[in-house]
Amino acid sequence: MIVTINGAAHEVADGMTVAQAVRTLTTATTGVAVAVNDEVVTRGTWETTALSDRDRVEVLTAVQGG
Amino acid sequence: MDDLIIAGEKFSSRLIMGTGGAPSLEVLDQALVASGTELTTVAMRRLDPGARGSVLDVLRERGIKVLPNTAGCFTAGEAVLTARLAREALDTNWVKLEVIADERTLLPDPIETFDAAERLVADGFVVLPYIGDDPALARRLEQAGCAAVMPLGAPIGSGLGIRNPHNIELIVEAASVPVILDAGIGTASDAALAMELGCDAVLLATAVTRAQRPDLMASAMRQAVTAGRLARQAGRIPRRRYAEASSPMTP
Repeated sequence: MIVTINGAAHEVADGMTVAQAVRTLTTATTGVAVAVNDEVVTRGTWETTALSDRDRVEVLTAVQGG
Repeated sequence: MDDLIIAGEKFSSRLIMGTGGAPSLEVLDQALVASGTELTTVAMRRLDPGARGSVLDVLRERGIKVLPNTAGCFTAGEAVLTARLAREALDTNWVKLEVIADERTLLPDPIETFDAAERLVADGFVVLPYIGDDPALARRLEQAGCAAVMPLGAPIGSGLGIRNPHNIELIVEAASVPVILDAGIGTASDAALAMELGCDAVLLATAVTRAQRPDLMASAMRQAVTAGRLARQAGRIPRRRYAEASSPMTP
């Protein structure tokens, strides 16, 4: 299946979890937040939340600004 | 100087810093220390795997409370999602709500801002909205449950100072939540003026981070905010058209 992670399309194995998607970018688990299709996925459910084909995953962190 | 209290939380500094525009984390760190700030904004962006160091490490190291903003959002929906992501990432329900109308002016969109503020208050956030210098909107946002209002002095990064001091005074007169002058500060006298007008705090970034010597300007801002606060509390003399002798000619 294909999922989009921070704007880039990836061919991934069926059943990929949010936690696995995050780990393609970082090993950090604090200071990071995830939305799938514009809905926040809380950190405690990353391991148990499976992605579906065409899901849009956004992995955000704090940067200098404002 | 007396404490600033926002949503029941006390701050001994009335200077809130932004982190945008600093050439490096080292320069930012020095400026934050010199500013004496206890509350500092960060933006939320896509994680960059190649980024080295984090502004969060700087804030944690210095014991500065992080205030996530929704910079870069153009709609209420985007801002609400960004605030929720910030709450998840940073373990804070505080948010500086910033919904911009267009890229050229970066002026805040009052309709989207109000919509987002209502939704975030209902969701349990401590909402600090960035707004134009509009007394009516400030009052409506306070009534909607915002913990402070943050009117601009002038457009973000412009350094034009406080373009409409009269409106800032009107906002201060009517508000029972803290008024934080946000955006437009160019130099120390602008920050002092904001406090003399009765603002409870000043938020600035560019004036410090893009100064030739950021740490020195941060120190100047710290002292200007303190001086302005003390002058406000002291009560300035009325302005007069003509001289008034301070030493009478006759006993």
